[in-house]
Amino acid sequence: MKKLLCYFTCLCAAVACLAFGCAAYENEEYYKGHEGETINVFNWGEYISDSYEDGCIDVNREFEKLTGIKVNYVTFESNEDMYPKIKNGGASYDIIIPSDYMIERMISENLLLKIDVSSLPNYHYVSEDYQNMYYDPQNEYSVPYNVGMVGLIYNTKMVEEKPTSWTVLWDERYAGKILMIDNPRDAFAIPQKIMGYSLNSTDEKELYDVAQMLIDQKPLLQGYVMDEIYNKMESGEAALVPYYVGDFVCMQDVNPDLDFVYPEEGVNIFVDAVCIPKCAQNYEAAMLYINFLLDPTVALSNALYIGYATPNIGVLDHPDYEEMRENKYLYPEPEDKPETEYFHNLPQETLLKFSELWNEIRIYGADNTHIYIGFAVIGAALIFFLIRKAVTKRRREYWYNTLTK
Amino acid sequence: MKKSSLMKKLTAAPYMLWAAIFIIVPLIFVVVYSVTDAAGNFTLDYISDIGRYKDVMLNSIWLGLIATVICLVLAYPLAYIMARSKANVQRTMMMLVMLPMWMNLLIRTYSMMILMQDTGVINTVLSALNLPNIHMINTQGAVVFGMVYNYIPYMILPLYNIMAKMDHSLIEAAEDLGSNKLTVFKNIIFPLSLPGIASGFTMVFVPSVSTFYISKKLGGNTFSLIGDVIEMQFKSVNNYNLGAALSLVLMVLIIICMLVMNHFTGDDDDGGVLI
Repeated sequence: MKKLLCYFTCLCAAVACLAFGCAAYENEEYYKGHEGETINVFNWGEYISDSYEDGCIDVNREFEKLTGIKVNYVTFESNEDMYPKIKNGGASYDIIIPSDYMIERMISENLLLKIDVSSLPNYHYVSEDYQNMYYDPQNEYSVPYNVGMVGLIYNTKMVEEKPTSWTVLWDERYAGKILMIDNPRDAFAIPQKIMGYSLNSTDEKELYDVAQMLIDQKPLLQGYVMDEIYNKMESGEAALVPYYVGDFVCMQDVNPDLDFVYPEEGVNIFVDAVCIPKCAQNYEAAMLYINFLLDPTVALSNALYIGYATPNIGVLDHPDYEEMRENKYLYPEPEDKPETEYFHNLPQETLLKFSELWNEIRIYGADNTHIYIGFAVIGAALIFFLIRKAVTKRRREYWYNTLTK
Repeated sequence: MKKSSLMKKLTAAPYMLWAAIFIIVPLIFVVVYSVTDAAGNFTLDYISDIGRYKDVMLNSIWLGLIATVICLVLAYPLAYIMARSKANVQRTMMMLVMLPMWMNLLIRTYSMMILMQDTGVINTVLSALNLPNIHMINTQGAVVFGMVYNYIPYMILPLYNIMAKMDHSLIEAAEDLGSNKLTVFKNIIFPLSLPGIASGFTMVFVPSVSTFYISKKLGGNTFSLIGDVIEMQFKSVNNYNLGAALSLVLMVLIIICMLVMNHFTGDDDDGGVLI
C-alpha cells in the first residue's frame, strides 16, 4: 500500500511537471501554428539528449510538446552512410546533421537548401568562432551543432604505458584488443598523420601507402566498428580505439578505467552542423527545429548528454555547464591543444580511389588454402559418387535385361 | 473445366502480381545495374572485376557449406525422433524449435555477441568457476555457430515434414524381409527423405552464404563475407553497380550449387522440388 502511495505521489509530481512546464524556452510563440505536422530528422547515433535523467531533457519529446509537430527520428552511423540516402533520394528528411567535409560536398552537389539564419531568433547564440567556416563561408547552408576532435581512447588497465602516438594501434602487444573506426575518412586519417601526410591528400602514392599500412594492421584488429564501440570499450572487451572525444566523455562515465589522449602526430577536428537537404518536405518545421536546437536550455541538455564541445555561447556561460567546461579533453588548455586539421571535400577521382582502397582493405583476408583443399575434396567425392551411381545403374540394367530375356 | 481453370488463374493472380513486382522487377534491376556504370552506360567492367573478390566468395560459400552440413547432422536425427513421437510430444517439440524464431534475428545475433565476448557472460561464468576462458568471438567458428543457430529451424522443418509423411509400412516390410537397421536406413529412410534434405539444404545454405549481419557481429568485421562486401557497396561506398554485379555473380554461384545438389536428390523420378 505504501508503495502504491509512493507511485501515486510520483505520478502527481510528473503530471504537475507536464502541466506547468518544467523547462521554459525562449520565444515560445515562434513555434506556434504548425500543430499536426511531421518532421523527419536524420542524425548520428547517440547524438541527441533523449532522456530526462540527470537534469537533461528528451529533446524530441520537448519539441513535440512545444510545437505539436511529430518528430520521426532516424539515425546513421557515419557521413558515408548518410550521403547515399540523400543523394539517391527515395527518403525524405527535413533535418540532417553531417560533418564539415560532407557539408562541403553536399553544397557542391547542390543537395542542400539555403537557411536564412537571420530569421532564426536564437542564431545569436552561435559562437563567432564557428561562423563563416570554410565549408560554408557565408553561413548559408548550415548551423553548427557540435565541435569535436578524434583522439585515442584506451583502457588504463590493459595498456601498459600511457600512449602518446597513433603507432600504438600497430603494437603487437595489443593484438586482438585493438578496434578500428569503421569509416574510410577517419580510418585513413590515422596512417596519414603517422606518415606526416595531409588528411586531404590527393596524391595516389600517399593513399596507397596509407592503405598498405591499414592492411598491415588488420591481423592485429578485433574489428571495424562504429556505435558498438560503446559496448566493447565499456565492458573492457577492447583496449584501444580511435574515436570522437564526446563519446569518450560518455564512456568514461560508465567505465572509469578508460582514458583519452590526443596523439602527438596530430588529430582531425570537425564541426557537425544542422542542414536542410533538398528532399525536405517541411522546410518551416525544419527551421523551427534548428531554432529549437539553438535554444540554450536544449543546447545545454544536448551538451551535457552527448558530451561534445558546444559552439553555443548560451551554454558555455551556464552555471550547470561549469564542470563540463573544465573538462581538459573537450576544452584543452592552449598549451595542451593538439595539432589539428579539418577534413575537406575531395575531388571525385580521389573519392573513387578512397572507396576502391577501402574495399581492398576490407576484403583482404587470411590464407585460403584450406578452403581450396576443402573444395577439392568435395569435388572428388562428388565425382566418385557420380561414377558409382552410373556403374550401379548400368549393372542394374544389365541384370534386368538378362533376367527379362 | 474451363471455369475451374479461370478460377485457378484468378486465385493465383495475387501471388503472380506479388512475384512480378517484388521478385522479377528487382532481379531485372540487379541485372541492369550490374552491366551499367554510374552514368548509365553499358559496361562489363564490374562483372569482369569480380575476380578480385574470389577469396571472399569462396570463403562465404565454404562457411555456408559447413554451417549447412552441421545443421543437417544435427537436424536429421531430431526430425526423425520428432516424426516418430506421440502427437502431443510432436507439438511441444515443434514449438520448441520455433521458439527462438519469435525473436528477431538481429537481436538474437547481437545477444550472441554479448554472450560470446571475452568479457561476456560465458567467460565471466567460467572465470568465476576458476576455469580457463575460451576465446570465441571474432573467429570463423563463431560465425558458423551463428549461422547454425539462426538457420537450423529451416533445416528441421522440411525434414520433419517429409519424415512425418513417410510410409511406415515400407520400413516394416523391409524389416519383415530381414533387413537390419542400417539397411533400412540406407535403402528406405534416407532415399525417401532426400527431397526434405534438398529443401532444407537450400533454405539454410542460401541465407548462410549471403548473410552479412551475423559475420559482422560475430566475426568482428576483420574478415568479410560476400554479404558484407555487397552491403558495403550500397551502404557506405555508394557503388550500386559493383554491388549489383557481386549479387548477380553470387546468385549464379548459388544456382550452380543448387543444381549440383539437385542432381543427387532429384533424378530418381520424384524429389526434384527445387529450381
